[in-house]
Amino acid sequence: MATTLPPPKPELLSLPERRQNGHSGGGQNLVPAGGDLRVTQHYSPPASSSAIWVAIAAICMSFAAFTSALIVRQGSSNDWRHITLPSVLFLSTLLLLASSVTLEVARRRVAAYMGGATADIAPSRLWMYLTLGLGLLFVAGQYAAWLQLRSQGLYLATNPNSSFFYVFTAIHAVHVLGGLAGLLRVIRKLGNASLRRSTLDATAYYWHFMGVLWVYLFLLLWLKI
Amino acid sequence: MGKLLAVTIIIIAIASAVPFVMHTWEPPADVSTHGGLIDEQMADTMIEAGVSFLAAQILLGLFIWQFSKPRTDSKVKTFPGGAKGLVIAAIVLVGVEVLALGAFGSKAWAAVYFTPPAADAMPVQVQAGQFAFYFRYPGPDGKFGPLHPEMINEGNQNLFGLDPEHDVESRDDVVTAEMAIPVNKEVHLLMHAKDVSHSFYVPALRIHQDFVPGLDLSLHFTATKVGTYEIVCSQLCGLGHYNMRAYLKVLSQQDFDEWMKKEQAAQ
Amino acid sequence: MHETAAPAVVHGPPTTFLSKHVFSLDHKVIGLQYYTLALVAVVTGMVLSWLMRIHLGWSSAAIPGLQVLSPNGAPGGVMTPEYYLQLMTMHATIMVFFVLTTAPFAAFGNYFLPIQVGAEDMPFPHFNMMSFWTTFTAFLILVAAFFVPDGPPLSGWTAYAPLSAIGKNAGPGEGTGQVLWAAALGVFCIGQLLGSLNFISTVLDMRTKGMTLARLPVTCWAWFITSCMGLTAFAVLMPATILLILDHVAGTSFFIASGLVLNDQLVPHSGGSTLLWQHLFWFFGHPEVYIAIVPGMGIVTHVLVTNMRRPMLSMKAILYSMWALAFLSYMVYGHHMFVSGMNPFSSLVFSFPTLMITIPSTVVVLIWIGSLYGSKLRINTASLFALGFISMFVSGGVSGFFLAQPSIDIMLHATYFVVGHFHMVMGVAAMFGIFSGTYFWFPKMTGHMMNETIGKIHFWLTFVGTYCIFMPFHYLGWAGNVRRYAAFTDDFLKPLIPVHQFITVAAIFTGAVQLLFIYNLIYSRFRGPAAPANPWEGTSLEWAMPSPPPWNNFGGHDPIVYHDADQYGVKTASGADYIMQNSPEQALGTAEGD
Repeated sequence: MATTLPPPKPELLSLPERRQNGHSGGGQNLVPAGGDLRVTQHYSPPASSSAIWVAIAAICMSFAAFTSALIVRQGSSNDWRHITLPSVLFLSTLLLLASSVTLEVARRRVAAYMGGATADIAPSRLWMYLTLGLGLLFVAGQYAAWLQLRSQGLYLATNPNSSFFYVFTAIHAVHVLGGLAGLLRVIRKLGNASLRRSTLDATAYYWHFMGVLWVYLFLLLWLKI
Repeated sequence: MGKLLAVTIIIIAIASAVPFVMHTWEPPADVSTHGGLIDEQMADTMIEAGVSFLAAQILLGLFIWQFSKPRTDSKVKTFPGGAKGLVIAAIVLVGVEVLALGAFGSKAWAAVYFTPPAADAMPVQVQAGQFAFYFRYPGPDGKFGPLHPEMINEGNQNLFGLDPEHDVESRDDVVTAEMAIPVNKEVHLLMHAKDVSHSFYVPALRIHQDFVPGLDLSLHFTATKVGTYEIVCSQLCGLGHYNMRAYLKVLSQQDFDEWMKKEQAAQ
Repeated sequence: MHETAAPAVVHGPPTTFLSKHVFSLDHKVIGLQYYTLALVAVVTGMVLSWLMRIHLGWSSAAIPGLQVLSPNGAPGGVMTPEYYLQLMTMHATIMVFFVLTTAPFAAFGNYFLPIQVGAEDMPFPHFNMMSFWTTFTAFLILVAAFFVPDGPPLSGWTAYAPLSAIGKNAGPGEGTGQVLWAAALGVFCIGQLLGSLNFISTVLDMRTKGMTLARLPVTCWAWFITSCMGLTAFAVLMPATILLILDHVAGTSFFIASGLVLNDQLVPHSGGSTLLWQHLFWFFGHPEVYIAIVPGMGIVTHVLVTNMRRPMLSMKAILYSMWALAFLSYMVYGHHMFVSGMNPFSSLVFSFPTLMITIPSTVVVLIWIGSLYGSKLRINTASLFALGFISMFVSGGVSGFFLAQPSIDIMLHATYFVVGHFHMVMGVAAMFGIFSGTYFWFPKMTGHMMNETIGKIHFWLTFVGTYCIFMPFHYLGWAGNVRRYAAFTDDFLKPLIPVHQFITVAAIFTGAVQLLFIYNLIYSRFRGPAAPANPWEGTSLEWAMPSPPPWNNFGGHDPIVYHDADQYGVKTASGADYIMQNSPEQALGTAEGD
């Protein structure tokens, strides 16, 4: 019977107090609007830094399901015709990878500002906008790839490989658009100095994950396994 | 009210077991060579499941009876042996026994699925479509003609999509709406789905296999008793699912030969 | 440090009707919204089951008014076989997704998880609100299938391809209805993924001071485990529904094989894999069953431990067993496909982990029963339903011994034995968990006590009634009665029709009894006596706040937790036999006798 009680830990016996930052149960959603970034950066539940990994795990699971569907579908029939990937995809892959680099630069700059190492926030915003632009160009590149395929007469239902190509690129693009929305939100919060450090980090991890995921999908479609 | 619950649980448990013990509702009697193993496995599992079911429900009832009485003393007691004993009981009594049961049961499964059909097994093809089974015998040449799904036409009774004009093997194929097989002769059943998933379920023969569109499977079995049995569809296939059935006639070799002659003449 | 402006609360007290009751960010309101949705869904699902049961008992009977709902499906009120299948599909889909997933997991979880960990709210209240409203949208999309010309799909909740993928030629409702069905499930997945994300983050990051993982109440663990399952399972169902929709509307062939012929016409698809759908669906489908039952196990443990006035023999054993169930649920899905054309060797491989499920299930049941020994069991409606849950869980569980074995599955696959099994264990048992949770937490959620007399009558009639419905299902299946038949025209099934008629009468009776529950909910909500903060003398944090709790739960103060939630049957200075989690008081000893 679990009734032998451990002695109370001394650090737990202090009076209840409301902590404005750090890790506790209540009051975590208190975020000053229009305050100072250097102060507000920690006004955050660390929840988003673990939640982003949970979200990434769920997305991995979905694409694992898609991948297994591709493998089963490819193996179940002899109607699989390998398609040649549109050349624009190589360019858009580079764009997406470059956007990860620019975002990382932006994140470092914001961190430096928050840490007091630099007094100028403007360059980090510029890098953010650059990331946003590259992300938009990537989505435009995917659209161009679709147009290129269509001009070859390869539509969604033409053959199983083209079906999977359109499905993978479209679902990935939807997730990238979500990432772009996240970037916009970060830029807005940077503007009114209500950005939490964990929000920035979570958005950056998500964006890098989009890059990794795209490289995976690209190889999956390109390698013709 | 606790006592009432205890009594109710025990009565329900015993009453639930009665029809199984009395064999009130039974599957149709087995007429196959492999079915004995399945029946044995079902009976063994019934004993194991029945004992576990009654033991758990009765124990639950007894403890509710005993410990729902309002008591004035503040004492609570702990089950002798505590959690460890119960966990060990769960692993040893139930876990090991059930796993052993499963291990023995794989024999019955292997008898159906891991043995190749005998070389002289009689091939019969069955095609399932909304909402009927059709059967095809290879005829004297012992070969099935190839299928041409695009030629299927129920109007002119080309149910399988055969092309006797071009395919020599198709010319003597015999297509029937009921299945007849000789008794004590192994049958090699080739399963083909015309449209959606169906299932080939003959309770009396202890066979049950889904039709997979795009994937032709096969089964083999031997019927041991002359009679007529029902083949039913057990995989939801559309609005006529409940009514999708065919009859399986198990005939003596002589009756089967006559039946075959009649069917050949009717082609 | 810079001076900061006064903190602006992202999620402050609601000010308008809309922000308070409709687009609320408050996890408690969202929990109640989920509960209401589940209630609407369960009534819908139950009425559908009545209609189906009447048709199964008396297949030529006219059901007055049914022709109004569907002139084609029930001309003159007599159900057609296809309409039976359509109602069956909707009954199952509504029950599995919008009742058994939403009520014990999303509804109670939303309401009590943040409270029990001592948080003010979930970390992402906007996601939480979106989670409910996407789920609600999914429900509307699903119900819309009733009102499209061909009606809802008839392919069952499992929607096996290619029947579900070919389109309207495959049967009534297989066109628009099936697409709506798949879209509803896809949208539902989004809602549950958002919810699971919130639940997991709440447990990991929102625990109050002193609330270590080991001190979490068992319900929190149950919801956490369920979220982990939901996150992975719904993430697989969603791709499957997307591919299914594309097969319908875009002409792709993911699930439709070559050479299929409908109405003498070659289906214009080729090369798809029939079994691919089944693999994707059941990879989701088996964990889904546990998503329905694990929260119930948590609720029942929580209710029992409060009413037994002693701790469980081993809460750890229960927790590890729930984890084991969750883990095994991903390794066993193939047992739904023993005779589906999967490699017969795989059937044996799937069979053993399936049989291993008996071990954690038996551990949990024995710990429950063993903990009753020597307890001071209090009988109230909540504990009655919790005890009923154990009985149902055992009854539904032992039939798993049969279905886990491929050789026996040859006889019992797709029969009423399976229907009895899953209705007992994931239907009725899970419902008992929901009832138990409702009677237990209603005072907290509304501030009013529920009427115990009506509650007890409700329990007795439901307990006996559900056994009368679902036990005979096993007898039918044992005799080979195939499921999903609109009528029984086979020679070997005709003698079983009287059993079906008995079940129908029992189902209508038991269904009608549930009106008592709904009456009790409404009556007690307005007329019930005021509830104290801690009516059941519980220890977890939901009892450390007023009934109903204020919008910010603990009134702006973080509770501090000193104990686990199992401090029952202890000696204290005040004479109470329990210590609340947030009380610094230490037990003077156990109240254990001889």
